[in-house]
Amino acid sequence: MKPRIAVVVFPGSNCEQDVVHALRSEGADADYAWHGDADLGGADGVVLPGGFAHGDYLRTGAIARFSPVMDAVRALADDGKPVLGICNGFQILAEAHLVSGALIKNEGLRFLCVWTDITVEDTDTIATRACEKGQRLRIPINHYEGNYRADGQPRVAFRYVDNPNGAWENIAGVSNDAGNVVGLMPHPERASHELLGSADGRFILTSLIESCCVPSRT
Amino acid sequence: MTDTVPLYAALGLTSDEYERIDKTLGREPSHTELAMFSVMWSEHCSYKSSRTYLRELPTHAPWVVLGPGEGAGVVEVAPGVMVAFKMESHNHPSAVEPFQGAATGVGGIVRDILSLGARPIAVLDPLRFGPLSDERNRYLFDGVVRGIASYGNSLGLPTVGGEAIFDPAYSGNPLVNAMCVGVFEDLEVLRGRPRSSGDLAVLVGSKTGRDGIGGASILASQEFEEGAEAKRPSVQVGDPFTEKLLIEACLELKRDGLLTGMQDLGAAGITCALSETAASAGLGVDGDLDAVPLREAGMEPWEICMSESQERMLACVAPDRIDHVVRVCAKWGLDASVVARYAEGGRLVLNAHGTEVTDVPAQALADGPLYERPVLHADRSQLHALDPLDLRWPEPEETLMRLLASPSIASKEWVWRQYDHMVRLNTLVVPGSDAAVLRIPESRRGVAGQPGIALATDGPGRIGSLDPYIGGALAVCESARNVACLGARPLAITNCLNFGSPEKPEVMGDFAASIRGIRDACLAFGIPVTGGNVSFYNESPNGAVHPTAIVGMLGVLDDAYAHRPVRVRDGDVIVLLGETKPELGGSEALAVVHDTVAGRAPALDIDREVALVRVLCSGIGAYAHDLSDGGLGVALAEMCVSSRIGAHVALPPDVDPLWGLFGESTARAIVTSRPNEVEALLGCGLPGVVLGTARGARLQIDGVLDVSVADLARVYDDAIPALMER
Repeated sequence: MKPRIAVVVFPGSNCEQDVVHALRSEGADADYAWHGDADLGGADGVVLPGGFAHGDYLRTGAIARFSPVMDAVRALADDGKPVLGICNGFQILAEAHLVSGALIKNEGLRFLCVWTDITVEDTDTIATRACEKGQRLRIPINHYEGNYRADGQPRVAFRYVDNPNGAWENIAGVSNDAGNVVGLMPHPERASHELLGSADGRFILTSLIESCCVPSRT
Repeated sequence: MTDTVPLYAALGLTSDEYERIDKTLGREPSHTELAMFSVMWSEHCSYKSSRTYLRELPTHAPWVVLGPGEGAGVVEVAPGVMVAFKMESHNHPSAVEPFQGAATGVGGIVRDILSLGARPIAVLDPLRFGPLSDERNRYLFDGVVRGIASYGNSLGLPTVGGEAIFDPAYSGNPLVNAMCVGVFEDLEVLRGRPRSSGDLAVLVGSKTGRDGIGGASILASQEFEEGAEAKRPSVQVGDPFTEKLLIEACLELKRDGLLTGMQDLGAAGITCALSETAASAGLGVDGDLDAVPLREAGMEPWEICMSESQERMLACVAPDRIDHVVRVCAKWGLDASVVARYAEGGRLVLNAHGTEVTDVPAQALADGPLYERPVLHADRSQLHALDPLDLRWPEPEETLMRLLASPSIASKEWVWRQYDHMVRLNTLVVPGSDAAVLRIPESRRGVAGQPGIALATDGPGRIGSLDPYIGGALAVCESARNVACLGARPLAITNCLNFGSPEKPEVMGDFAASIRGIRDACLAFGIPVTGGNVSFYNESPNGAVHPTAIVGMLGVLDDAYAHRPVRVRDGDVIVLLGETKPELGGSEALAVVHDTVAGRAPALDIDREVALVRVLCSGIGAYAHDLSDGGLGVALAEMCVSSRIGAHVALPPDVDPLWGLFGESTARAIVTSRPNEVEALLGCGLPGVVLGTARGARLQIDGVLDVSVADLARVYDDAIPALMER
């Protein structure tokens, strides 16, 4: 059975087509879900893709968290099902308090579209179950606000090898306590084929797809 | 406006033009009508000084679907795969307000592509500034890059190329050109006109405000003076979020078959869109300005007609489809307002508050005046008199390092790392090589045999200032070489012609010569010009900018994945194709070391250029790199730095290290190959010489210089960040 994955389109999302394409290439039944719909149609998992939801003219993600679809995302998360936020999706998850912390402007106060190496810190999440602990992944970032900050001790999923944006503790991605909601700044869909520079993002995409097929281990 | 200046003059019209309007209407124009004529007949909108010359350009080829005259050109790159592309300038707004000027420049060219019903897939930005040693130029450069990044990134459009070149000639008047490329998701090209009378003109997108009144049209049609900040209010403010919604909404309207035509609103706003769409269909239009959604109350009719508020499109819609159109736009949170209805009779009639405010022939607005400006071929004998070989030059190693540290040559990664160059997953060759390579979205699966495109921009301003004919021709040849170095076949060009005031005869002489250069090169390559833009009045108190004809080249690869590699392999033999002559005139080396642009332009040999491009496209050899700014020395250094490998080479005995390494003789490229394929490469029919081998970690040129690749890379990579992040 192909897992059904909903990729949410907010007004201003711009990576939804890339994510759907990459997930379908990995065998998932991925399709778009509109932010104004309060129903995810029984999807097995959901991705909040990158972009500039509602223009991000206010704090990133601050408006998107109030979109009707977010209730459905929260319900899915409460149900233990996989929720992945990539870049702007991570910012939205943080605003919605589905993961802890916040993303502020990059240390250099510039937008950065660069390749990064990240390490897998925790293999017990929906985005890392196909990875090995300590595994290095080459995946690009593309953001102005990716400088992670948190109080307390978030559950860290990924860290940068060379910190590009000043993120606290080199954190590139975190999960909720249960490990079924993951937010990360790097874009796995952009590292989904050697022809694009790396296929390492497939480890994260296949982790998500596998997690949609079986109950979360956590 | 003072009492002594008549209104038409304050609006930029001449007394002759005013009389012509008077005669056309058979009466004095109303205030609103005068305002409309002033923007439509501005240089920017009417091309009144350039049209006669533009007609000389070749525009036909079997693969041309749509030539100049619409939002953009369209070519068929493979059976059933159509690509739209065009370049435009936003020089003056960017000089006044770099962030918004550059941002809205991207927005405008994206809407040009969208107006045809194509999905924009890539942006390129050729830029020219004064030297970065000057704080003002750093401010402009930083603001322009941030503006492009802000707008393009937010739209989810990859910025995949362009140029950044620095020269005192652009101090006070930077050039900010933007090129957009789109693909059609179906086989329908929308035109900027309704299908028949009775169709509705529907304004979609942002509300209309007082921002940018006469912005592009007026700013771009006058010389630039000190105190330009006072013009800031006429620079438009961009809202990329709304533009993103506009893209998705317009493509959905097209998918649902709801449009009979579409036109973007740019310079001259509603006036331009209504008059051009009506005139193009041989119709008139009856409009109601009260139906235009406004940002603020109390706007005068002439302000509504002149406003250049961004993120607006005009959709031509059959009356029975309007409800559906409004529904689709509402889903994307956009206004869709019926502002007019196309009608027989050819008159553009607009009402406001129940009163008729304009009644003019739509065609008269769209057909601006046409001028045969006085032309003078400037005397450049003094410039040409300098022989750079007579000057004292430092050791070649020092010259090379200074060239690599020159911002025009140095790595532009600081620029393109601020641009999202990856989104949409089509970018196979990212910025930093001779050209960008994109697979077209339909060919995403990574299967061989799927077509791709290669994109490059070039505009050798220094050469243009010494010989505008050669400058124009070389813009075509260099960009052809650039895409061919990635294995792509040149297919068509767009251009942006950046010149000084057309009221100066010597500027018109340069302009005419540049056009001839472009024409001759295009004819030799057998490629058409499918559209472009003319930007005059690029002047500062120091005079006109270099005659800068910038070409945007579209190349095609039958198999996107079969592009040439961007790195040289260890052990490969390096061959120099083409002829190296004792030429240093107009070279980057002369500019960097002696701070001057002078001498004779390098000799042009268009037939040789065509032959070289043919060889490069044949796929012979492996890695290839074009020789242009900085000559062979810089090309070898760039090859080493980008490939992270050294090279051991020797110059031919009859070549002097100075002009051999830093001269910019045309029609040359380095091509590498496995040792056993060198014979084939040398037998390609072009002059060719084996320079040496790629290996080790140093660039060694026998008896001339010996530098570690790490040192080359440090200088090359750090130059711009060191200037911009201090």
